[in-house]
Amino acid sequence: MNSLSALNKYFVRYKKELAAGVLFILLSNSSQVFIPLLMRDSIDSLKENVNYSEIIKYALMIVGTAAFSGYFRFLIRMKMNVVSRKIEYDLRTDFWAHIQKLPLRYFQNNSIGNIMAHATNDINAIRMYVGPAVMYSIDTSTKFIFILAMILMISPSLTLFSLLPLPFLSYMVFRLSKRIHQKFTFIQEKFSELTTFAQESFSGIRVIKSYVREAKQIDDFKKLSDEYLARNMDKIKIQALFMPILFLITGVSVIVVIWYGGSLVINGVLTIGEILAFTAYLSLLIFPVIALGWVMNLVQQSSASMKRLNRILDEPYEINDSKDTKYSKNTVSGTIVFKNVSFKYKENLPDVLKNINLEIPKGSTVAFVGHTGVGKSSLINLIPRFYDVTEGQILIDGFDVKEIPLSVLRRNIGLVQQETFLFSDTLRNNILYGLNAENDSVVKKAAEIARLDKDVESFPNGYETILGERGITLSGGQKQRSCLARALAIDPKILILDDSFSAVDTHTEEEILVKLREFMKGRTSIIISHRISTVKDADRIFVLDEGIVVEQGNHEELVANGKIYADLHYRQLLEEELKELS
Amino acid sequence: MGQEDEILGKAYDSKLMKRLLSYVKPYKKYVVLAIFLNIIVAALGPVRPYLTMIAIDDYIAAKDYEGLLMISAILVASLILQAIIQYVLTYYTQYMGQKIIYDLRIKIFSHVQKLALKYFDKTPIGRIVTRVTNDVEALDDLFSSGIVMVFSDVFIIFWIFIFMFIMDWDLSLVTLSVLPVLIYATFRFRKKVRDAYRDVRFHLARLNSYMQEHITGMNVVQTFTKEQEELEQFNGINSDHRTAHIHSVFYYAIFFPTVELLSSIAIALIIWYGGGEVVSGFMTVGVLFAFIQYTEMFFRPIRDLSEKYNIMQTAMASSERIFKLLDNDTRVQNPENPEVLQDVKGEIEFKNVWFAYNPGDYVLKDISFKIKPGETVAIVGATGAGKTSIINLFTRFYDIEKGGIFIDGQNIKDVDKHELRKHISTVLQDVFLFSGTIKSNINLDNDKITDEMAVEAAKTVGAHKFISELPHQYDEEVKEKGATLSVGQKQLISFARALAYNPQILILDEATSSIDTETETLIQHAIEKLLVGRTSIVIAHRLSTIQNADKIIVMHKGEIREVGTHQELLAEKGIYYKLYQLQYKDQEMTIKG
Repeated sequence: MNSLSALNKYFVRYKKELAAGVLFILLSNSSQVFIPLLMRDSIDSLKENVNYSEIIKYALMIVGTAAFSGYFRFLIRMKMNVVSRKIEYDLRTDFWAHIQKLPLRYFQNNSIGNIMAHATNDINAIRMYVGPAVMYSIDTSTKFIFILAMILMISPSLTLFSLLPLPFLSYMVFRLSKRIHQKFTFIQEKFSELTTFAQESFSGIRVIKSYVREAKQIDDFKKLSDEYLARNMDKIKIQALFMPILFLITGVSVIVVIWYGGSLVINGVLTIGEILAFTAYLSLLIFPVIALGWVMNLVQQSSASMKRLNRILDEPYEINDSKDTKYSKNTVSGTIVFKNVSFKYKENLPDVLKNINLEIPKGSTVAFVGHTGVGKSSLINLIPRFYDVTEGQILIDGFDVKEIPLSVLRRNIGLVQQETFLFSDTLRNNILYGLNAENDSVVKKAAEIARLDKDVESFPNGYETILGERGITLSGGQKQRSCLARALAIDPKILILDDSFSAVDTHTEEEILVKLREFMKGRTSIIISHRISTVKDADRIFVLDEGIVVEQGNHEELVANGKIYADLHYRQLLEEELKELS
Repeated sequence: MGQEDEILGKAYDSKLMKRLLSYVKPYKKYVVLAIFLNIIVAALGPVRPYLTMIAIDDYIAAKDYEGLLMISAILVASLILQAIIQYVLTYYTQYMGQKIIYDLRIKIFSHVQKLALKYFDKTPIGRIVTRVTNDVEALDDLFSSGIVMVFSDVFIIFWIFIFMFIMDWDLSLVTLSVLPVLIYATFRFRKKVRDAYRDVRFHLARLNSYMQEHITGMNVVQTFTKEQEELEQFNGINSDHRTAHIHSVFYYAIFFPTVELLSSIAIALIIWYGGGEVVSGFMTVGVLFAFIQYTEMFFRPIRDLSEKYNIMQTAMASSERIFKLLDNDTRVQNPENPEVLQDVKGEIEFKNVWFAYNPGDYVLKDISFKIKPGETVAIVGATGAGKTSIINLFTRFYDIEKGGIFIDGQNIKDVDKHELRKHISTVLQDVFLFSGTIKSNINLDNDKITDEMAVEAAKTVGAHKFISELPHQYDEEVKEKGATLSVGQKQLISFARALAYNPQILILDEATSSIDTETETLIQHAIEKLLVGRTSIVIAHRLSTIQNADKIIVMHKGEIREVGTHQELLAEKGIYYKLYQLQYKDQEMTIKG
């Protein structure tokens, strides 16, 4: 239960609304308990041959009291439930603000589905505590006290006998809903097994068809479905008890009132009106008694959810400004130095980069080539601090990147990543993403360099065309060029292209490179590519192999060197030749 | 999922409903019994206020202790009976619902298994999975509570009417005067809440897709240091979601007090009208008492009935999608009277074969070649040359547009496709392992393949060694997609699988390369064993394979451009020569080096 104390600060934030809510609960409940008394008086008055206006008076008083109580009941929900939605909002906002600051490492180690589950299910469960659970426990306890006072006044012994079954009801609701929740979790497990099986079966359909195993798959699916059915029935067995137990226990209470209360009436201790009032009180009590068992469960479930959520909220930021941050450093000019840099993703994994030393002068263009998995992307990810180096230092303009304010560092680096990611928004907003300002000329300029301008003409709404699922699907090359335009739009001092032209045809690439050269004057650029044509004009080319720089120099030097680079070069010439064949 | 699954159609479509009800047919007896029990159990609740009236008027008023005890015993008996029947009824209707959706689920799954690969090429796997899982699940409410429970609600109301009118005609009319208002309020509330929830769902979907999208693209957010702006945007969506919920709070806040007020008004009416009658001696106090109890009984069945609309709407939407899938008939047709395949020797012939995945867009153009029994043929070519399409056709995963494919002179179109596939083992480039054990991945749970055969196959391809080093050996668990095994190990397992089935014909799509030389040697060795004594078509990526092939077919842009042995083709200095330099030559270097 301790984990839920993390919510106290939110409750404090809404203490006025909550106090009003409690007041309304008191007002509504204290008036509502008079309705059964009015019923008693009206029935009992009938014996004394009252006049008609007296009866009408009672009738009107019942309606009036109900209206008064109902009005406050309306206000209770309007206050308490609204507060619970506000707290849910606050909690989600805090959750998101936190998530955004977590390092890339976190997102690689946790699946999107997993993070989403916390953001939806857990926050939902917590809201059930904040809203219904809190409201019902206050409502229930006050209502219970008021009613108890009333019925004790009417008859202590009848109170004792008729209330006897009710704690049992609370207990049963608590037990049953707990069991049902458990069974429900079992069902969910089987359901996801079933889903995984179907997923696997449809993904492996080629193998299944090749070896003619369809019948066996159907058989296995049947078996799983049988188990799923069995688990459902397990739950139903218990769930079906719920209603019968509910009316059995409440019904017994009412029958006790009729039988024992009836005897008291015969003895002249009680009146018929009092019996009626008693049954009315009992029916008012039933819901609170059920709610009590239910609330106890909610508290348990939401505290488990809160525990899970707290685990995320306690996740450290890792990469952040620190006490060593030099806030006076507010621009970047672009000389990059790697000093004895080694890097590994996890403590017990091998080094991805081993003692890298290199210098990239301001305004120059350098390239990294090498086979897949040699550490090229890891290397460039260290510059904007998506990861921090394990050993050594990366210096920009002589400052350790860890000392440069993170926002200054990243705002000056235009990074185009290997995996393209665009938001489902208009093309214009995607290009302007990093700029935070409307600027048509920037959009046009960036699009022109990225050779997007021609494509845009064919889009239904030009730059206002929405991309992604809700809009048009771009080709791989168009996506890469849009990402390039987005990076150019922020006017970066350092531009990093991580295999950003792999889906762009060589002709268009050539055009882009020409335009880029113009744009890159005075800026530092770093290019990673598998294509020799992309990198051959760089001032300096580094060849990486297994985390080490094994060759460096310009294109001619490296071709003459006759090693990895020269081999790559030769192969690409061959590939070109093959493609030209008709 | 996406938009297709969000659109809500009309609540009732008689055609869909008819088709849905056809799945209830096998359980007709259950339904009849359930409805019968419903009629009985529906009376047991409403009978109690009536019995209470008797208790008050006949026994309490007459000071008859014994009578009071007896009527209380009857009340208890009715309560227990109701509890028991209610339990049995709920259990069995739910059971029936579960059974029906079970049947439906198996039916869909079996149907999907029979669909042609063309269907899987075009449909995202996630969507098919949704049909078998969530869409079927959405029908649960309809079958387990919808159909039968409608009767329960209607009969409860019916019985209350009966008892009320038996007791007092006038007072019944007076009391029931609030009923239209209650019904109106309930249905109106349902509609409002439904609208409000549609709004909530809309904003929730926005919120979720925002989060989903931005968690996926978190590196972009961080690259451009947009955290602050994104947080503001998130808060906008978050607050729309909150507002939508707060709207729905209003309807609840107004509805429940209204119901309570209506029941108080009914009580006031009973006291006003009935009170006068009691004073005048036309009515007893017991009747008054019973009527007041009835005022509480109406609400639940009316509320339940109003919820049926939602159940119907969900069911219609899901069933429409399900039936659409069941009506999909993308299949590779089997001949009606298939010719028998006897003593397959393994001669393969392609005769002027034309093939297109999309009509008109030919990926294979006029392909003809012949493979003698026992021969190994290597197919080489650049990406997109049409190599994979050739092997897809021979197993009849797709049908060709023009020409013919023959096995031992029989057109594969004329034989049973399952029979045909039993003579062929296919090893694909991307090895697909199922979750299960090593053994189940070799024999694919085929009883005809004994454990000895599986082990023997593993030994032959050289997989036995690493398997026997696993803690549980052949019973070692294989996780989804074989996550715990190396690429090389997965390949060896797939070789063992192909060998265990001991086919006359082997189709092998070689994986590009393996990681280390040790595994490479193992795999080369395994492939040699695999090819011995059977007709083989190999999409070759290994120098050793092309060197050992009896014939090499060179594909380029959907056509056969060169045919011959390794040495002959090298001498031609054509496409093969270039391909060799590009793809195979450095293997020579690594082997030599």
